[in-house]
Amino acid sequence: MAGLFSRLVKRTGASILFTIDGEAVEAREGDLLMTAILLHRPALRRFEFGESSRAGFCMMAACQDCWVLLADGRRLRACSTPVEPGMAVIVDGDPNG
Amino acid sequence: MTERLTTDVTIIGGGVAGCAAAVALRRVGLKVVLLEKGACGAGASGVNFGGVRQQGRSLVELPLARRSRAIWDKLNEMLGEDVEFEATGHIKLARSEADMAELERYARDAAEHGLELQLLGANAARADLPWLGEKVVGASLCAEDGAANPRLVGPAFARLARRLGADVREHALVNAAAREGERFETRTDALAVDSRFLVNAAGIGAGKVASWFGEEVPLGPVVPNMLVTEPLPIFVTRSVGVCGGDVYVRQVSRGNVIMGGGRGWGDAELLHSGPTTDQSLTGMRKTLDLVPALRGAHIIRTWAGIDGQMPDRIPVIGFSATTPDLVHAFGFSGHGFQLGPVVGEIIAELIADGRSPSPIEPFAITRFAEASVLPAAAAGVEH
Amino acid sequence: MADPLVVIVGAGPAGVRAAETLALAGLQPILIDEAERPGGQIYRQPPAGAVRPGIYGLEIRKAAGIHGVLAGLGAVDYRPRTLVWNVFQDRLDLLTIEGHGEQRFDRLILATGAMDRALPFPGWTLPGVFTLGGAQIALKSQGVSIGRRVALVGAGPLLPLVAHQYVGAGAQVVAVLDVTPFAPKLLQLLGLAAEPGTLAKGLWYTARNRMQGLAAAYGVRAIRAEGKRQVEALIYKDAMGVEHRIACDAIGASCGLRSETQLADLAGCAFVFDQVGRQWVPQRTGQGRSSVPAVYLAGDGAGIGGADAAELQGRRTALAVLEDLGRPVDLAEAARLDRRLARQARFRKALENAYPFPDHLLDDVADEEMVCRCEGITAGALREAARDKDAAEINRLKAFTRIGMGRCQGRVCGHAAAELLARASGVGIEGVGRLRGQPPVKPIPVLGGVP
Repeated sequence: MAGLFSRLVKRTGASILFTIDGEAVEAREGDLLMTAILLHRPALRRFEFGESSRAGFCMMAACQDCWVLLADGRRLRACSTPVEPGMAVIVDGDPNG
Repeated sequence: MTERLTTDVTIIGGGVAGCAAAVALRRVGLKVVLLEKGACGAGASGVNFGGVRQQGRSLVELPLARRSRAIWDKLNEMLGEDVEFEATGHIKLARSEADMAELERYARDAAEHGLELQLLGANAARADLPWLGEKVVGASLCAEDGAANPRLVGPAFARLARRLGADVREHALVNAAAREGERFETRTDALAVDSRFLVNAAGIGAGKVASWFGEEVPLGPVVPNMLVTEPLPIFVTRSVGVCGGDVYVRQVSRGNVIMGGGRGWGDAELLHSGPTTDQSLTGMRKTLDLVPALRGAHIIRTWAGIDGQMPDRIPVIGFSATTPDLVHAFGFSGHGFQLGPVVGEIIAELIADGRSPSPIEPFAITRFAEASVLPAAAAGVEH
Repeated sequence: MADPLVVIVGAGPAGVRAAETLALAGLQPILIDEAERPGGQIYRQPPAGAVRPGIYGLEIRKAAGIHGVLAGLGAVDYRPRTLVWNVFQDRLDLLTIEGHGEQRFDRLILATGAMDRALPFPGWTLPGVFTLGGAQIALKSQGVSIGRRVALVGAGPLLPLVAHQYVGAGAQVVAVLDVTPFAPKLLQLLGLAAEPGTLAKGLWYTARNRMQGLAAAYGVRAIRAEGKRQVEALIYKDAMGVEHRIACDAIGASCGLRSETQLADLAGCAFVFDQVGRQWVPQRTGQGRSSVPAVYLAGDGAGIGGADAAELQGRRTALAVLEDLGRPVDLAEAARLDRRLARQARFRKALENAYPFPDHLLDDVADEEMVCRCEGITAGALREAARDKDAAEINRLKAFTRIGMGRCQGRVCGHAAAELLARASGVGIEGVGRLRGQPPVKPIPVLGGVP
């Protein structure tokens, strides 16, 4: 699946492995969770009130559009949270389990 | 310049009770002027938990709650709009054997008032609500209880009252009311209303109105603290309370989980209130004990409205003891939302017929005349 | 007597300069900020790792200035990654990685900044649509572009700037569309000349963009984004009414800025209506005093003035705090700041007139359009409540429709909802009032911990 974001500046930080809907993917140290996901996927989560997805909006922790769900039940605001090794993000999976 | 109005009944207070009274009075053909300090249904009756609950009420309230519950079934049709009432069932949880004994006792007493409660053991409670935390040892279920959207009910009654011909004035704070001969004169900054009857349904402001007629009542503020989460997948299928009443939870059909517990801050003089951080954080912790599945959720809003509370936690409903043709309906102590529709009808009955078929003697204002014999307060404080 | 406790919320240009001024005067201010590193949104820094410094463009020196201030000031108690979610009397409620906490204050300076003002248009909730500020932050904080083919649309000085920055970083910008006409900008040149440096920069960005084949189209309307699961195209009508379709996978769109006012609201500050910006802002004096004695306001959080004005206001407000605490104040410096702020204000007025808030775009919003992104509330639902339920005031509309009740508390939808209500009820934008703030100003986890 093509990501929405594209990197313009090469990152030299350490590799960080995490998963999106069970698929292992790579990010770099210094990537926000939002960046890490959108470099691989076109969206962050499903919208609760319709058949559509969301990919964030303001990127400054104000609009609250970029909440993502982790498999461990945590809900994180992706634009203000650094990606961490081992995070298991649910983008298109069924949040009801 | 003061505008002068003449009417049959002046109602002070545009909460659910006041607006429902305006509707009921119009239905028996009386002219009504309703004066609301802010916007109708935006005070205590608009910012409460939304519980349409009979279970757990003081037994003397049950006849009124039973009668009101019948109205709730027809409310959408009557109001001409959906107020999001759902009979989800209300489940009251026991966290100890003593709690369970209390639920059993209450169920027996309630049955005498025609309220059927279903007692559940720990396993049966978990079968009904699989996500329940470990502290629960049993429960009592009232299948016909539920909840509605409090923000919609009062305004819908106010609009219906208007459609029926009531003169509903918002942002009309009453400064004074007095009996003059056989009539009442009620004043705001811009209005002087002359009426045959006066209804005091002024919520937290009702104590002041009563005092204008020489009736001092021990009405204090109660400020239930409320929190709501972001929308979550539906799993809290019932309205949930506990023995002791220190926390209560429900999930609206859009997915937001509302939790109440503890007290906000309030200024009864300034009619000003808000949530309290300590209470919000405590409420979250207590809710997590009951609903561990909320551990990943976020609170997106908190609030606290201000209601009038009586020392015995039951309202004042009935004629004034000092002044003919003055009817009081206040002091709902944070749980008047479910009763609102029937209280409107009772007010209209008192004015039109001089009496109500419902047993309202326990709510007489005279019960505070001998302060030493106050009935004990009900244990639960669920709103 | 213990030193007075001065707390500053927000480590952007205003907050950092306020902290600096107080620290140099011998106080030990507490500077609380939600982000990991200082700079605010305008001078936002990458979390770590290399993002080419050139991305700040002409602002590099100013950005570096703000970023470096705290390093040289041991007296500032700087607390990053800390959300202030409530103000109650003399106490702030905090959320940090460790959990909930509180902070008392004797004086509070709110330097809460601003965010993009969004306008709803068909397709604006599709993945791939961001604000212009969001597009800029993706670049300067993360070194990424929001898409492979990026269209930029809206109003305000950010539009040519983001276009310039994106092109400079090697992104493919396929369109720059200004929803306001060009004519008012020419008329305001005289006023803009009050700050010749800033004017030159604006013209420079615009000229550079033009040289790179990125001539902006002015006066565009009827914007819509299309795509099945994400943005595939941007469609618009030019000033002549001719429809254009541009293939793209990302759109940066917003119309100027709005102040972040929730904490000032919870602190009890009085608000005034800003006629040019068409928004309610907390009332402040030229020296940064609010209507609440212990609360001060600096920067874009109390009316949009831009980063340069924010730095000046941060300094000036700190002097007001010192004065009110009975500390010695450099009066010549205060007078100098007042003069510079007055010049900034003239410039800002001209800038706002050059980029008027395009409220006419709200006329075009169809009933089925989602106004509230959080809860999916449509323009039609708002109009129906205004019409059938007599909702003539914005909080009444909120009670009936849930507009402003979602996760963002009306930050994104509030202005559009107010404009729509003003049109539906006929009472005018000022008459519909403003959404009341409620704690928490941002979502807080039931469990505590990281926001």
